Amino acid sequence: MQSELLKIAEAIVSQTVAGEQVEVVAVHGTETDIRVYQGEIESFTAAESQGVGIRVVQDGRQGMAYAGSFDTNVLNETLEEARDNASFGTPDEFQGIAEPDGVESVSLELLDSSLADFANEDKIALAIELESSILQSDPRIIGVESTDYVDSITTSAIVTSTGIHRANQEGGCYVAASSLASDGTDTQTGFGYSVGRSPTQLDVAKASSDATEKATRLLGAKKAESGRMTVILDPYVTAQFLGIIGSTLSGEALLKGRSLFADREGDQVAPNFLTLIDDPTDVDAFTATEADGEGLASRRNTLIDKGALRGFLHNSYTARALGASSTGSAVRSYNSSPGAGPLALMLTPGVHSQPELIAQVGEGMLIQGVAGLHSGVNPVSGDFSAGAEGLMIRQGDLAEPVREVTVASTLQRMLLDIQNIGNDLERLPMKSSGVSIVVNDIMVSGV
Amino acid sequence: MLEQNLVERVLNEALKSGGEFAEVFVEDKRSSSALFDDAKVEELTSGRDRGAGIRVVAGETTGFAHTADLSEEGLMIAARAAASATRTDGAGSQVNALEQVVCPSPNKVETFPELVAKGKKVNLLVQADEVARSQGAAITQVSARYGDSRRKILVANSDGVFATDDQVRTLFSISCVATGDSGMQTGRESIGRPIGFELFDDVDVEELAERAAHRALTKLNARPAPSGTMPVVIGSGGGGVLFHEACGHGLEADLVNKQASVFAGKVGESVASELVTLIDDGTMAHEWGAFAIDDEGRPAQRNVLIKDGVLVDYMWDGLRSRSEGRLSSGNGRRQSYQVLPMVRMTNTYIANGETDPEDIIEDTSKGVYVAQLGGGQVNTATGDFVFGMTEAYLIEDGEITEPIREGNLIGNGPEVLNQIDALGNDFDMGSPGTCGKDGQGVPVGDGTPTLRVTSLTVGGTAG
Repeated sequence: MQSELLKIAEAIVSQTVAGEQVEVVAVHGTETDIRVYQGEIESFTAAESQGVGIRVVQDGRQGMAYAGSFDTNVLNETLEEARDNASFGTPDEFQGIAEPDGVESVSLELLDSSLADFANEDKIALAIELESSILQSDPRIIGVESTDYVDSITTSAIVTSTGIHRANQEGGCYVAASSLASDGTDTQTGFGYSVGRSPTQLDVAKASSDATEKATRLLGAKKAESGRMTVILDPYVTAQFLGIIGSTLSGEALLKGRSLFADREGDQVAPNFLTLIDDPTDVDAFTATEADGEGLASRRNTLIDKGALRGFLHNSYTARALGASSTGSAVRSYNSSPGAGPLALMLTPGVHSQPELIAQVGEGMLIQGVAGLHSGVNPVSGDFSAGAEGLMIRQGDLAEPVREVTVASTLQRMLLDIQNIGNDLERLPMKSSGVSIVVNDIMVSGV
Repeated sequence: MLEQNLVERVLNEALKSGGEFAEVFVEDKRSSSALFDDAKVEELTSGRDRGAGIRVVAGETTGFAHTADLSEEGLMIAARAAASATRTDGAGSQVNALEQVVCPSPNKVETFPELVAKGKKVNLLVQADEVARSQGAAITQVSARYGDSRRKILVANSDGVFATDDQVRTLFSISCVATGDSGMQTGRESIGRPIGFELFDDVDVEELAERAAHRALTKLNARPAPSGTMPVVIGSGGGGVLFHEACGHGLEADLVNKQASVFAGKVGESVASELVTLIDDGTMAHEWGAFAIDDEGRPAQRNVLIKDGVLVDYMWDGLRSRSEGRLSSGNGRRQSYQVLPMVRMTNTYIANGETDPEDIIEDTSKGVYVAQLGGGQVNTATGDFVFGMTEAYLIEDGEITEPIREGNLIGNGPEVLNQIDALGNDFDMGSPGTCGKDGQGVPVGDGTPTLRVTSLTVGGTAG
C-alpha cells in the first residue's frame, strides 16, 4: 500500500510546472468498528477510506483541493482546482511547501503485525467481555449504553516538488464503554477504555473497573458549596487542559497575535517542577508518528522546561514567518492545509500516586470530569470556566460526590497554581497523555 | 446518480445471506471554502467526496460497509461485506419493488454555488474584514470564512423506498479579536442557510462584521462573570442551542431505548412548565437544518415533542421505529456515506410565548441576561448540561446593565424545563449550528423567544 500511495502522489507531483510548488498527500485507511449491546452485536462496520489532498503554491499564493478518490481523472481535476484556488490567494512571501530540513526521522514500530491478523470473532469477543464484566461488577450498574471495539490501520504518503518523499504506516486499537449506574433515585454515567497497538495489549479489566467506579461513585451527587479550593484533576481531565494549553503554544496562534503566551519566552510560567513536552517520537503515545503533516521528521519538543516557557510549535510556514525553524509540528488531514500544533503532549510525571496526593491535599475536590471546556475557554485571553463533577476530599480521603458545579480560573494562573504532579501517567486515545495534577485556589461554584 | 436496476441488484445481493432489511445510501458532495485571516486571503479549498454506504439489518445486528467505488463490482463487494456481519441461516427478506419517493424540498435554491465566480465569494470576505477593522483601533485581528456545499444523495431500501435530494448550503462567519488593557476578547457572528449564493441578497455581511466587532469591543470593558445560582434571562434567538442540548438529545429514541435518557418512559407526563412547547421541524423553509428527505429517504416532518409542558413523543429513525412498529419521524441523519444514520435533530425550537420581553427583564431584580450562548454539551442520562456564554450582561433592578466576561451556564435539562416562568413573544431562530453526536456532525438550527429560567448556576471568576 505504501508504494501504491507513493506512486499516486508521484504521478501528480510530476505534473509540476515552472513557477509552482506542489505537495500531494495520499491516505488509505481501514477501520473496524464493532459495537455490542446486551451481549449482541449492535453494529459491525468494515470501512475502507481513501483520499488525496493537493496543495499548490504559486508566487506565494496557496490553493488547496482534495478528493475522496484515487481515480486518475478525478485527481487531475483536483490538481487543476488547487491551481485555480491558488490564483485567488493573497501573495505571502513566507508561503511555501516544506523543504527537507536534514533532520533524520526516528524509526518507530507503529504497526503491530498482530493487529491485521486478529480475527473479527476475537474482536467481538473482547467487546462482549468488556460489557459483561461491567454488568456483573456492581449491582448498581443498570446498563452499558455502548461498548465499542475500534481498530484502524492508516497508510499515508507525502510527495512534494521540493524533494520530500516518504510513506508511513500506523495502527492502533481501543475498547471503550459508557456505563449507567442507579441507586433507585439518582442515575450517573461513567466510562472506561484501554488503548494499544494491538488487541493483545488492551486491558479489559481496567476499562471495566474504571467504567464501574466512575459511574457508581457519583451516585447521590449534590452541588457543592461555592468557594476557592485546592483541586486534583484526574489524568483524563488534565489531558483535556493540556490540549488547550498546547494549542495556545502553536506558532499559528503566535503569528496571528492570538497566543496568550506571546513575548513570554523564557518567563517562568509554571512552578519549577513542571516540564511539558510534545513528543510524537514516544512510541507509547497513542498519536506517535514518524513524520509531521508536511513530511518532516517528527521530534521531541520541550515547551515548558522546569517551569520556564521554552518555545512554540512551528510548521514550515509559521517558522519562516517568525524567523524560526520548523519543529516538525505540522498538523493536518488530507483535506486541509497544514496547521501547527501539538502531536503528543505529556507532563513529566511526579512521584506520588493519586491516593497519596489526596491524602496530602487534605481538604478539596477531586475532579473526575469536566464538561463544556471548549465552549468555556477563551484561548486568547486564557479565561476559562467549565462544568465539573467529582468527589469532595475531606480529611485526606475521598468523601461525598458533587455535580453541577463549575470551576473557573485563567490558564495562566492555573499553570502557576499547580502544586504537584502525580506519577499516574495514562495513555489516552487523544493527542495528550494524562496525569493527576494538584491545583491550588480554583474557584468552584455550586449553590 | 445510480440506475434503479443496479440499486435493486445491490439490495438483492445484500439480503442474500439472510438479512431482513437492506439499504443503499449514495452521496456525491462538492464543497468549497475560503478563509480570510490576518488581513490575507489565506486559502481557497475545494473538495469532492463521493461514495456509497450499505447496511444490512438482521435481528438486533446491523452490518455496514462503505466504498468510494461506485461501479457494480465495488458496490457488490460492499454489499457482501455488510451482509457478512449479519449472516443468518436461510434466505432473507425480499426486496420490494422500488418506488420513487416524490418530496418537494422546503428550500428553493436560485444560484447554485458552483456557478458563482470564486472572486465574488472572496470579495465578501475582503469587505467584511474592512468593515470590522474600521470599527475601532482596538480590533486587532479579523478572521472571516465563506463555505458552500452541494450534496446530492440517493437512498434506496428493501422496503421499496427510492428517494433523492439535492442539498445546497451556504455559510458565512466572522470572528474578531479586540485588544485592550484587560487582554484580548473575541466576538463572532455567523449566518447560514440551505440555499445558494442568493443568501447574500438578504444578508449584509458588513452588518455581521460590525456586530462581531462590537461584541468583541463590548467585552473589553466587561467585568468577570458572577458565580452562583441566579435567575437567567435568555434572549430571543440566542439560546435555542440550550434546548437542543439539554432537552432535544434526551428525546432521541436511540438514547431513550437504552434508558440513557432522563425522558425515558415519560410520554404523556408533564415534563416542563406549561409555557413550553418544543418542536423539531425539518420542513422549516430556508432554516439550516431543513431538507426534503432525511438520510434514510423519509420526508422531513414537523414533530411536536412537548406540548404545553406535556411530553408528546420522541424523535425516531428507521431502525428504532421499525422495532416499535411505527414510522420514522424523519430524523434519521448521517454525516456522510461513511457512517451509519442515527436519530438526529433538524431545527429545534421553543414556540413563541405571549409576554413582552421588556416586561420579563423589568420583572427580574437581579440576574444575568444572555444575548448569545456558545457551544455546550449534555449528559443525556442525567440531563446535566454546560454552556458557554459568548455575550452576556448583568441584570440589576430590572435593567440590563454591564457586560460580563465569558463564563459557563450549568444546569439540568428537566429542571430547567420546569423552571421557565416567563416566555416572550419575540421568537427568533439562532445562528446555524453543527450538532455533534458519537463523533458525527450534522447541520441543525435552533430558536427561542426571550425566556427566563428561575435558577441556573453561573460559573464565573468573580467570587
